[in-house]
Amino acid sequence: MTTTSPDGAFTLIVNGTLRPVVDAHPGESLLFVLRERLGLAGSKNACEEGECGSCTVRLDGETVCSCLVLAGAAAGRDVVTIEGLTMEAGVSAEPGLSPVQQAFLDAGAVQCGFCTPGLLMAIDALLDAESDPDDLTVREAISGNLCRCTGYGRILDAVDRAAAVRRAEVTP
Amino acid sequence: MTTIEAGISTSTGPRIGENASRPDGVPKVTGDFAFSSDLHHDRMLWGATLRSPHAAARILGIDVGPALAIDGVHAVLTHEDVPGRATYGLEHRDQPVLAADVVRYEGEPVAVVAADHPDTARCALAAIHVDWEPTEPLVDPALAEAAEPIHPDGNVIRRIHLRHGDQSAADQPDLVSVEGTYEVGMQDQAFLGPESGLAVPDDDGGVDLYVATQWLHVDRDQVAACLGLPDEKVRLTLAGVGGAFGAREDLSLHVHLCLLALRTGRPVKMSYGREESFHGHVHRHPARMWYRHHATSDGDLVRVEAHLLLDGGAYASSSGAVIANATCFAAGPYHVPSVEIEGVVVRTDNPPCGAMRGFGAVQTCFAHEAQMDRLADALGMDPVALRLRNALEPGDRLATGQVITGTLPVAEVLRACADHPSGAVGPDEPMARPGGAGRTADTEHVVRGEAVALGFKNLMFSEGFDDSSAARCVLHDGVATITCACAEVGQGFVTLVGQIAGEVLGVDEVILAPVETASIGSAGSTSASRQTWMSGGAVQLACVAVRRELLAGVAADHGVSADDLVLVDGRVISLPGDGSGDPDLSLDLSLEEVTVEPVEADVVHRHAPTSPLDADGQGDAHVSFAVSAHRAIVDVDPDLGLVRVVELTTAQDVGRVLHPLQALGQLEGGAAQGVGLAVMEEVQVANGHIRNASFTDYLIPTALDMPSLEVAALIEQPEPGAPFGAKGIGEPPCISSTAAVVGALRNATGLDLARVPVRPADIALAGQPEAEVS
Amino acid sequence: MTIATSIDDACAALDAHPGSLVLAGGTDLMVEVNRGTRSIDHVVAVDRIPELRGWSRDGDHGQVLRIGAGTTCADLAEPTIASLVPALAQAARTVGSPQIRNAATLGGNLATASPAGDTLPVLAALDAEVELRSVDGTRRLSLDEFVVGVKANALVPGELIVAIRVPVLDGPQEFLKVGTRNAMVIAVTSLALVVDQPGRTVRVALGSVAPVPVRAVEAEVLAAEQLDFDGLTAPDTDLVDRFADLVADAARPIDDHRSSAAYRRHAVGVLARRALARAFSGRDPEGGTA
Repeated sequence: MTTTSPDGAFTLIVNGTLRPVVDAHPGESLLFVLRERLGLAGSKNACEEGECGSCTVRLDGETVCSCLVLAGAAAGRDVVTIEGLTMEAGVSAEPGLSPVQQAFLDAGAVQCGFCTPGLLMAIDALLDAESDPDDLTVREAISGNLCRCTGYGRILDAVDRAAAVRRAEVTP
Repeated sequence: MTTIEAGISTSTGPRIGENASRPDGVPKVTGDFAFSSDLHHDRMLWGATLRSPHAAARILGIDVGPALAIDGVHAVLTHEDVPGRATYGLEHRDQPVLAADVVRYEGEPVAVVAADHPDTARCALAAIHVDWEPTEPLVDPALAEAAEPIHPDGNVIRRIHLRHGDQSAADQPDLVSVEGTYEVGMQDQAFLGPESGLAVPDDDGGVDLYVATQWLHVDRDQVAACLGLPDEKVRLTLAGVGGAFGAREDLSLHVHLCLLALRTGRPVKMSYGREESFHGHVHRHPARMWYRHHATSDGDLVRVEAHLLLDGGAYASSSGAVIANATCFAAGPYHVPSVEIEGVVVRTDNPPCGAMRGFGAVQTCFAHEAQMDRLADALGMDPVALRLRNALEPGDRLATGQVITGTLPVAEVLRACADHPSGAVGPDEPMARPGGAGRTADTEHVVRGEAVALGFKNLMFSEGFDDSSAARCVLHDGVATITCACAEVGQGFVTLVGQIAGEVLGVDEVILAPVETASIGSAGSTSASRQTWMSGGAVQLACVAVRRELLAGVAADHGVSADDLVLVDGRVISLPGDGSGDPDLSLDLSLEEVTVEPVEADVVHRHAPTSPLDADGQGDAHVSFAVSAHRAIVDVDPDLGLVRVVELTTAQDVGRVLHPLQALGQLEGGAAQGVGLAVMEEVQVANGHIRNASFTDYLIPTALDMPSLEVAALIEQPEPGAPFGAKGIGEPPCISSTAAVVGALRNATGLDLARVPVRPADIALAGQPEAEVS
Repeated sequence: MTIATSIDDACAALDAHPGSLVLAGGTDLMVEVNRGTRSIDHVVAVDRIPELRGWSRDGDHGQVLRIGAGTTCADLAEPTIASLVPALAQAARTVGSPQIRNAATLGGNLATASPAGDTLPVLAALDAEVELRSVDGTRRLSLDEFVVGVKANALVPGELIVAIRVPVLDGPQEFLKVGTRNAMVIAVTSLALVVDQPGRTVRVALGSVAPVPVRAVEAEVLAAEQLDFDGLTAPDTDLVDRFADLVADAARPIDDHRSSAAYRRHAVGVLARRALARAFSGRDPEGGTA
């Protein structure tokens, strides 16, 4: 049994690095800690009630809304944010960009960009699970990510492009 | 992290008409892009706002003492702490910075605090004691005019009575007439990036405000007036904008943040939560519209009459311009010789309404397209044929008396859309049927419907507003730096700048200077589908001026005619001699070497002047117009009233496509907002109270609610006077889309469906006494 | 905060810190915390307790499925368990979004006890039992003993939901949910229908039409008397109408910002009709469609 110390101190593992947190208030979400204490503002705060997906991160490999994770309860767990996606990137045109990120740029899927990090996390997870998802499968996988600018058209196209690149990487 | 970008650099790239890369694309996909809510300053405090829980009330007293006593609270401010003008506003300065003795809508700001943590700020808000005397709110717009004024400016914000043509035209015999009353609910812009910003006081009594907005300079003017400071002491810099759609045209937290920063001497950050955001910005005007159309039995429109009533809510915002738009375009893109429209926007204690993409034309398009379908039915005519028969053409006169002198391919747009083959297939997959994962429908429960709709509106501001945009181009060491205060809200203006400069100057590298009031004059608002024309035009002019000066200088230095020189791919090259110069002299210099001394130009770009509307709503009030058509195919489960939009097809009058992918982005995004208004989006207000101020219950389309958009055609007829011949394209996609979806629902169900958003009960319980839903 | 790694640890912590909040997926609790309507004092996090996740067969013939309270909605949609309780898998698939489903737990859905909780009608139709543990021992409550009102449950201080027990039935199952959008939506109304062919019963429960999930008892009686449990042949129109009317009569809906009582009552009747038609369509008996 672990008990966090009562003065709001704990350590998170974010993008493969130990990140100590001190003086956190009791109710701070993982999203708040990432953005306001750890300088990782890539995850976004469009609603803070789990209804938009803009705060999506991977927690022990699963995509979750970081606004609904109590920061202290994520102590010692593996957190991957959009900043980590960039670091993990494999082969692509722009150095440091993953196929999904590059595909978003090529497909014109970025307008204001506020939904983009959350979508990239959700799509990255989808393509980990399915290498050639059909249209409905993609739409269901991103149904938890609201976008107000694009109408999803270019985003769907970006997923197709990224899926193709990832399949090509796998096949020698 | 984050600071404001020092300047965004574009790479060599595709020119006008090609898919240039977004210069802000990489930071947006890596999470590095600094939105206004991402701003951070080490010494910053957190601001928060106390808002009225009442739609209407008197304030008998405010006691901030208990809040100030909380450890970690650095300031608590009320109306007494506003040093300059107590009120602000876009058209009328009728809205208090902080309420003094009365509140007129639920959510109206009453006090603001600055504290060391958002939790502390929240505690401070809870500790402020306001002595309220609630009063009965005025919430029915139909009663507003006759009611006691709820504001010194009165309850009628603006009335327009438009009369055009022979007013007795409907008296002729054998006309077919159809009448209807239509209603549009309150839509919200629902941008994802919350209202947010950072204010940093300087040592000299001034302040720097980093904020997401649509119009920096008009914000600055209002903020400076309220702070009682000269313009140069109030410097606004555009922070990253997470969408706008009209909701950032008015001030929200701007003055509040600056007041807190100046009072505490510390940087102060504020970021609205989603619930607060719903209360913190203006919404689309709800509308009630009565219409009567008269036509000959052959289908020629003879006369259109309408009464439009828009609910402006508590403060005026841009309501005057919205009702003008609604009125001017109320009859649709059709030739109507006789028109009488009365448009009124009133003040109530409902949430304030103002600009939202489409700006009045959305509401009237829903009505006029429903009327056209009704008329087609009464005439026994095909709905598309009726529209084609009456379609406006260049040279026609609008209901305002203005002759269309530019392009307006109404018939072409309609034909392209209506004739486009459909790729819609049956809903085989359960997930593709109405109801989605809820698995409510089997195929036998689903009925399909189809309809086409047309819509149009003006581009840019009207009625003699005298709009302009300023830009500066500096060409130095082969690099072009463009300064323009155009607010990038996602639409891709930053991309266009690189394309324009690249095309005019042949440069390899274009830098966009930070967007701030201190560096340059106003670019006007990112709204009204105006920025490509106005700010794109300003950038073009500035680059052209630089090119002219540069080439003149090079020509003089080398004894050639400037007419023989061109800028291509980062070089100055002479054309083959044509007899006017030495044919043996050929120049090929790098831009870098000829711009060791910077060449610069500052311009202000204006459009052709417009006129006000006279007492009959007549006048050459608009600069340009654009038309669009949508065809919707919908599946309906009539027993449950659930809907799935299966296919949306569109054609749009665009003048010229400057960036195919960004254009498609506007068409797809606008269509999604149109679908949202058609079937799911409404801010539900009961007695002045917003019942659904969250994304849980204010529903915008998810990826499972939007079909793909089929673009039948982008009709390119270059618009005279428009830079590159390009028309603004942002608004038409959300105008005719709503009307098309509802038309398709009517086609599927046979129901009137006179109100949007269409709710399941409107279909499932139609005709039942309990069908009136609250 | 206590991050518990066993049920015993969790119960001990709840006992030691009265008034503690139990945190599993956080998809309901954190909404309130973020909004500022719930303050956090002591939290016992239970999302790392292995015994709370997963399921096992129980009972003399394995006819009971014991599902750990920490099992997520995403877990419930997995084929193995989905084939045992198809309606539960269908309901879990409608909860929130993929992100929510990865975190939201069956125990959390129960504890929140929202009238619109998606899994609750299924649990009600299955006559689920809720297994509770504290330092004082274990007790079991039926679903209607546990969900007692709007967002009200029968947990006593120090108690933790550890498992939910449902029967593994032989027969079709259906779950249908009405929402105003095709994804990520709170139920306007929902219906669960489970058939026990050997037992010759149909059980129907309704969501979002009463403070708690409602069983349509009279409709069930009619069904038990009149339906063909051997061949699952389609009932005649008159029987379907009567069944649907009785289901609608069992609903006690209200008007709210999401919908009206009139629509909800109407919709429930439609759902009843359709669920019955799917279950009794003359197909080979199987666990409904996933």
